[in-house]
Amino acid sequence: MILHSETPWPALLILLPLAAAMLSFLFPRSAKFTGVVTAIIIALAVVGFGWHLQSEGVYRHAVGGWGAPLGIDLYGDGLTLLMLAVTALVGLAITLYSLDYFNTEQARWFWPLWLLLWAALNALFLSADIFNLYITLELMGMAAVALVALKGGRDALNGAMRYLLATLLGSLAYLFGVVLLYHGYGTVDIALLAERIDHQPVAWAALGLMGAGLLLKTALFPLHFWLPAAHASAPAPVSALLSALVVKASFYIFLRLWFALFAPLGGEVAWLLGLLGALAILWGSWQALRQTRLKLLVAYSTVAQLGYLFVAFPLAAVAGVVLWHGVIYLLISHALAKAAMFMAAGNLLRFGGHDRIVDLNRSVQQLPLSTAAFALAGVSIMGLPPSGGFIGKWLLLEAALQQGQWALAAVMIVGGLLAAAYIFKVLGYAFTPSTSREESIPIPATMAWAPLLLAFASILLGFLAPALFSLLDIGSPFERGAGS
Amino acid sequence: MNSAILYALVGVGIFSLGLYALILHPHLLRKILAINVMGSGLFLVLIALAKRTGEPLPDLVPQAMVITGIVVAFSATALALALMVRVAKENHRAELSDDESQQP
Amino acid sequence: MSGSVWLPLLLIASSLLPGLIIFGLAERRVVVRTLLNLTGALLKMVLVVVMFWGVYHGQQYEVRLALLPQLDFVLRVDALSLLFISLSSVLWLLTTVYAIGYLEGSPHRSRFFGFFSLCVTATVGLALAGNLITFLLFYELLTLVTYPLIMHRGTEVSRRAGKIYLRYTMAGGALLLLATVWLYTLTGTLEFTYQGFLSDMATQHHPTLVIIFVLFIAGFAVKAALVPLHGWLAEAMVAPAPVSALLHAVAVVKAGAFGIMRVVYDVFGIDFAVLLGVTGPLVVLAAITIIYGSLRALFQDDLKRRLAFSTVSQVAYITLGVALAGPIAAVGGMVHLVHQGLMKITLFFCAGNLAETLGIHKVSEMNGVGRRMPWTMSAFTIAAFGMIGAPPVAGFISKWYLGVGAMAVDQSWLLLVLAGSSLLNAAYFLPILHAAWFREPPETWPEERHFGRKETAWALLLPPLVTALLALIVGVLALAPFSPLAWVQFVVQQEFGVFQPKTNIPN
Repeated sequence: MILHSETPWPALLILLPLAAAMLSFLFPRSAKFTGVVTAIIIALAVVGFGWHLQSEGVYRHAVGGWGAPLGIDLYGDGLTLLMLAVTALVGLAITLYSLDYFNTEQARWFWPLWLLLWAALNALFLSADIFNLYITLELMGMAAVALVALKGGRDALNGAMRYLLATLLGSLAYLFGVVLLYHGYGTVDIALLAERIDHQPVAWAALGLMGAGLLLKTALFPLHFWLPAAHASAPAPVSALLSALVVKASFYIFLRLWFALFAPLGGEVAWLLGLLGALAILWGSWQALRQTRLKLLVAYSTVAQLGYLFVAFPLAAVAGVVLWHGVIYLLISHALAKAAMFMAAGNLLRFGGHDRIVDLNRSVQQLPLSTAAFALAGVSIMGLPPSGGFIGKWLLLEAALQQGQWALAAVMIVGGLLAAAYIFKVLGYAFTPSTSREESIPIPATMAWAPLLLAFASILLGFLAPALFSLLDIGSPFERGAGS
Repeated sequence: MNSAILYALVGVGIFSLGLYALILHPHLLRKILAINVMGSGLFLVLIALAKRTGEPLPDLVPQAMVITGIVVAFSATALALALMVRVAKENHRAELSDDESQQP
Repeated sequence: MSGSVWLPLLLIASSLLPGLIIFGLAERRVVVRTLLNLTGALLKMVLVVVMFWGVYHGQQYEVRLALLPQLDFVLRVDALSLLFISLSSVLWLLTTVYAIGYLEGSPHRSRFFGFFSLCVTATVGLALAGNLITFLLFYELLTLVTYPLIMHRGTEVSRRAGKIYLRYTMAGGALLLLATVWLYTLTGTLEFTYQGFLSDMATQHHPTLVIIFVLFIAGFAVKAALVPLHGWLAEAMVAPAPVSALLHAVAVVKAGAFGIMRVVYDVFGIDFAVLLGVTGPLVVLAAITIIYGSLRALFQDDLKRRLAFSTVSQVAYITLGVALAGPIAAVGGMVHLVHQGLMKITLFFCAGNLAETLGIHKVSEMNGVGRRMPWTMSAFTIAAFGMIGAPPVAGFISKWYLGVGAMAVDQSWLLLVLAGSSLLNAAYFLPILHAAWFREPPETWPEERHFGRKETAWALLLPPLVTALLALIVGVLALAPFSPLAWVQFVVQQEFGVFQPKTNIPN
């Protein structure tokens, strides 16, 4: 039963950052102020929205009173809420971190783009139809590309260009799928499509096109080629939000479509996804281990960690809802931990003027807070207890062993060990005394504390599982994907 | 075969042509154009399928979608071109550089 | 009943909070740091005494927090956990005193003491863990917080040691995770239960359970340094002396041994483990480790390395006691957890004193050192005799029970192993004692520091004297109520059902 109740929060979540983006573009001098105020109000609005969902159940709203199929619907359930909440939390940290990060020229562009990206993300999570998702996807992609290019320089520009081409290609493939689905079933509303979809070639073709497009944007192995360059060459707060949020957004759409439309179609597809996920874990971790630059290491770690999200697909048919809870948990804790990691890496890079891992000694020792943030985030990435990453990995591992999928279980365990190897490769330098005495740039307190608090949050997540799982049960989208 | 299906097939052909060019040509301008060609192919499919019902008045939703899509494609192209100019200046040619060395 | 919830939490907090606060302290705030450390350590000891009284009178202490919908984070105090906690809280206090003296004026002390407190927190958490997932949590935490301690000096050698340590322990942790999850998929519960919770499993699952058992033992064997997974221990010797002391006496190796106990007694149940036929191979493994460790120790000239291989051998006694699957041997193994801790920490304190005061690192440099540092070497001598198994020091009690226990379960061949090990112990300790007391001292010591009329600083001298004395007392007064032996017999009664050990001790 869907209640058509009215609440201002979702509209605020979309319109406020959009308006703030315009404001910060028009009045660059007060951009920082605009950003902080927006971040705080968004956090409050998410709380308000959560309150509403708790008491009223699933949210659905026809914008302007038009309704599907012609109008745009907003939709929100427990999954939406968690995504919005993670975005708000990471967004707040990124906002605080960015206050002192950019010089005046870069800040001029950063704030409008970042707030625009935030608006796109919130709109994406709240969209109920696949065409509107396309629009938000494009908005998000373009803002993200511009942010990567922000710093200028050869690597950043090349990374941004490659990213732009990849993301546009992904969007077009996705749009093609939308067209086919509309042609086949006469609607773009996810809920209506879910009722109508059947085993027809057009559904298969749509699954292939939309899936490929979204996976390209999610950087699932072997479609990850654009990610390391873009994520590693961007400014630290941008890397953080790309790895933490942007790749998750396209995964979120994929997940929604999977539950609503494609799970009944794709038994073999689930196995393909699982296989690619497993390869991503091994390949990404191995590449991370081989890197000599800190930010590239962290970027490849993202490739690996995204693999875990897909390993769940072949297990889901039997394991059911609780497995998807594990996947969401991995997604959230990776978002928090990876954002913390990129910001901490940014501090090290800024302090020492480089991110060569073998020469990190001095930076690592002079910046205990950033190092601690990196280490704590690392615990979650490795999947060691007590952390959000551990809870997610536990549930995945449990499902794999329950079903006798030894290969998948082995990959997850090996992935954890490789993660430990590449994280300690960095942390090992925290203890060797350094000899060089070069000039260094001090790190402001907000930039030191923002990643540390996020890293703490990713650890704390390890103790919040029952509460968050019950939130996910609000209009759980997993039932359909899990059953069949 | 009615004309709508014909148009749609032509659209798919144009889309594939664009994809082919996007993958094959190293020059960035060609890549950007290729993406635009792909988009045009897709819009053609959309417009053609709007007529699939056979009623005298075509379905309006795809047309609304095409208009939105054109706006998106327009802004994406603008961004891509601006970025291309910067990349070309940096690389001394309008192609992506393969080497991924990270300058600090 | 609120006390029953708060006490376990306080027990954890009494070292966790000081640790976290110390991280934030500036390097020069020595007084605050020392005060925090000692307050935490003393508070923990008071709490332990309160709990001893409570547990003895049947009081239940338990904290539960849902970690997953059907899986809790559980802290529970039982007799076995108290044994381990009391050992670690006493030794933490002494080691803290020692470390304050040892590290005086050296850099990074806030970091050191912070991780040191976390290390004890992890150990206490291990002891309190009421199910496997909680155990796993603290087991991994222990790995993470000991790493910085091993790396503390920051030299290339210690970096290498840290790397090796991580490789071993992370792999061990991964095996444990696998075993734990696998077991959970079979049983749906992970709660530690007296006499285990697996005996009802259908026969068809028995082969799987054997594999799971092997995974558990392999996982724990890394930390317990059972052959062939002992490689990290000798490398980790580059750590500062207080770290080595704590690692060898309570924290890391004991965590492995304690894990083996928990899994055998409270997960599989001793009778079921015997039924599965997994205890026999474990006995052999322990026996091999006992002999191998002693043999290797014989050929080390580096004093700390010799002690490290001695640890390999001695900790295997605990495993042996568990694996023999008889109540008497169990008493021997379990009580060795405490006895070995007291003796080994004494030896490491003394080794640290020699290194700090005279710059002695090698056995071959110890000629006549007894005359220069009589108090230190007296403590060393008591502990060494205990290790050899000479009455009335504590080590004798353990070995006696192990020997009698082996005979009680018709494994008399182990007497040979025990006797051989004692001979080897004598062979690598007696030459040290002989050299120290009866050889002429050299003209100059490698690197001598003077401490007025004392042989070394008070903070360095006091802890080994206390632990040596304790090792002597728990040996002499083994039959007194509330001695470790008496408490262990109480524990064994619970793990084996009803049982009253009747072995006489000749003293």
